[in-house]
Amino acid sequence: MSTTNHTAHSEYIDSDTGKMGMWLFLFTELFLFGGLFIVYAVMRSKYGEDFHHAATELNAFIGATNTVVLLVSSMTVAMSLTAIQKNQTGLAMGLIFITLLLAGVFMMNKYFEYGHKFELHLYPGSEVMHNLPHGEIMFFGLYFLMTGLHLFHVLVGGILLTIILLKIKSGKINQEHFLLHENGALYWHLVDLIWIFLFPLLYLIT
Amino acid sequence: MNNQTTTTPLNFLNHQTGLWSWLTSTDHKRIGLLYMYSIVTFFLVAAVLGLLMKIEKSAPGETIMTAQTYNALFTLHGIIMIFIVVIPGLAAVFGNIFLPIMIGAKDVAFPKLNLFSFYLFLTGAGLGLYSQFANGHSPDTGWTFYVPYSAEASSNVVIALTAAFTLGFASILTGLNFIVTIHTMRAPGMSWFRMPLFPWSLYATAWIQLLATPVVGITLLMVIAERTLHVGFFDPKLGGDPVLYQHLFWIYSHPAVYVMILPAMGVVTEIFPTFSQKPVFGYVPIALSSLAIALVGYFVWGHHMFTSGMSYESRWFFSLLTFLVAIPSAIKVFNWLSTMYGGSVDLQPPLLYAISFIFLFTIGGFTGLTLGSVATDIQVHNTDFVVAHFHYIIFGGMGFGFFAGIHYWFPKIYGKLYSIRWANIGWGILFTGFNLLYFPMFIMGIQGMPRRYFDYDPKFQLGQTISTIGAIILFTGLITMISNLIYHAYKGATAPANPWHGVTLEWQIPSPPPHENFDEIPVITRGPYVFDNPHTTK
Repeated sequence: MSTTNHTAHSEYIDSDTGKMGMWLFLFTELFLFGGLFIVYAVMRSKYGEDFHHAATELNAFIGATNTVVLLVSSMTVAMSLTAIQKNQTGLAMGLIFITLLLAGVFMMNKYFEYGHKFELHLYPGSEVMHNLPHGEIMFFGLYFLMTGLHLFHVLVGGILLTIILLKIKSGKINQEHFLLHENGALYWHLVDLIWIFLFPLLYLIT
Repeated sequence: MNNQTTTTPLNFLNHQTGLWSWLTSTDHKRIGLLYMYSIVTFFLVAAVLGLLMKIEKSAPGETIMTAQTYNALFTLHGIIMIFIVVIPGLAAVFGNIFLPIMIGAKDVAFPKLNLFSFYLFLTGAGLGLYSQFANGHSPDTGWTFYVPYSAEASSNVVIALTAAFTLGFASILTGLNFIVTIHTMRAPGMSWFRMPLFPWSLYATAWIQLLATPVVGITLLMVIAERTLHVGFFDPKLGGDPVLYQHLFWIYSHPAVYVMILPAMGVVTEIFPTFSQKPVFGYVPIALSSLAIALVGYFVWGHHMFTSGMSYESRWFFSLLTFLVAIPSAIKVFNWLSTMYGGSVDLQPPLLYAISFIFLFTIGGFTGLTLGSVATDIQVHNTDFVVAHFHYIIFGGMGFGFFAGIHYWFPKIYGKLYSIRWANIGWGILFTGFNLLYFPMFIMGIQGMPRRYFDYDPKFQLGQTISTIGAIILFTGLITMISNLIYHAYKGATAPANPWHGVTLEWQIPSPPPHENFDEIPVITRGPYVFDNPHTTK
């Protein structure tokens, strides 16, 4: 406690303080998605049959691949943190680079998935969607909004990890000061965690 | 640096000069003042809008504006007052300036984040204003953005929604900062129950900001998606549910009421012991009742929707919880009165405002119970009764709490004294105008005067006229009060470090406080409200 009082204006924020801030921020992210989960719960209970039917349109194989991709990327980002704590800078950078690659794979898969839906005109506001049963309209609306918001978080996480990569390179993140690295990894785990809920809710309910 | 005797000592106001040093400052006190100047400006703008609405209602029929203009005005008045003034208000201003000082810290936990949230706030406020003037289509949905109208109206609803979203984000970051600050930066020896009660109320507030605001954030995003992508979650034509929107909206917006009122309760809790020179009565119950209000307040949102279509069981449940949340508020009122009882009461302007806070808040609270019970709510729902009720709570509570706070801490912030006489006169005008303006609305509401109408049945003429006169008096009182403060911020006599003989930490440092608050972090050995021995020696 005493150290934080003296470093209020210094460059480095005390590690425990910084981590607590990050955890609280992650709570707010969960509540942000929480609103969508409420809508999902309400609509699913109202239109159970339609949800089952609409979910068959989603490609569970791509979904499962992306789940594995994100889980592995969570592991590599955690390993990179351990590496920096052991002062293996090169290894840490390599592992973050792999994490970024996996994020790229995730986004590429998503791109193909979205592209396919657009080919079938299955997007909110389209003519085809209008003629579907109500429950299916809700399902695809939720699919696009939930995975879209998640994709936005993947993007933000990717930018954050790139910044961390550059800071490791310039030596600003090192064995003593790795708060940003740790917080970035926490954020990346959140991205992973939310997907772990989205995947069964959207892909596996057929 | 700290030479208190001769010449002007350096303090946070003058240790660096120039506009740029203010706009880029990460000093919590300067950020607090930046918030205050912005918020007061917006408050005056929205107050003028309110006055115009009241003038429109001085006679039946169209008086000075069309119905559409009136719709835009009450929407703008609501958006500014709720999202820009009242929700951030006390926490961002006095929380920023005094939270670190009262817990014996040099700054908040994340000073840069603090400055960042101020600019987010400004961006949101700017967007809010822009939505009013872009293309001449001011939003006319009311501040609640109820669907389906908000999904279909041709006005600038998307910009207004984005503004509210941005302001919400600023609010989340402020709350996050305060929670971490309170957890990690308390001075050595300041255990949780040695912490003054204003920080306690900010702590409860910050948790609501943190846990409730994201829900409205995503809800506003969904309305934006509704308008731009036609996802249809709230559109019955596509299978959506408009009542679902109301649930999601009030899950945040009812707790937001406690974001408004809890810090105000915290401010008056500081004022009563100081002006009674007596320890606060029931320290622990007051501290814990803040948390209780935050917790129970999270589960009462349904009482906004008794007439929207809800099952009997849910109405019963929400009504019961609404009655329960009144208990911790009543505990506080009881404790404030008991604090004054037997003390050497010194009726200075801050205490006048604090006592009127109790008076107005109690009226607002009891009429809240009228609205919280299902049967009476159905009679007065969407009438002027509701408008009167929440102005008694929000303006009479948060507003008067703010006025109490600024009169209490003004000498500390600026190192100057204001005119007690003019402050008292301003209070008298304000208090009279307030009751003349809002009390008739209770009666007219019971008689069936609907809210949000620019016109009315001639039988309401008397009440409406009294209300309009009240609005003009109220506005005069505001001008009197603010002029007194602004004038004396420049020309006032120099204030001593502790003009009110307060005992909390902010009174133990010079006025205005030095840049980093304390030369040496104080070591706390006792509770915050001990009056027998001067706490000053350190």
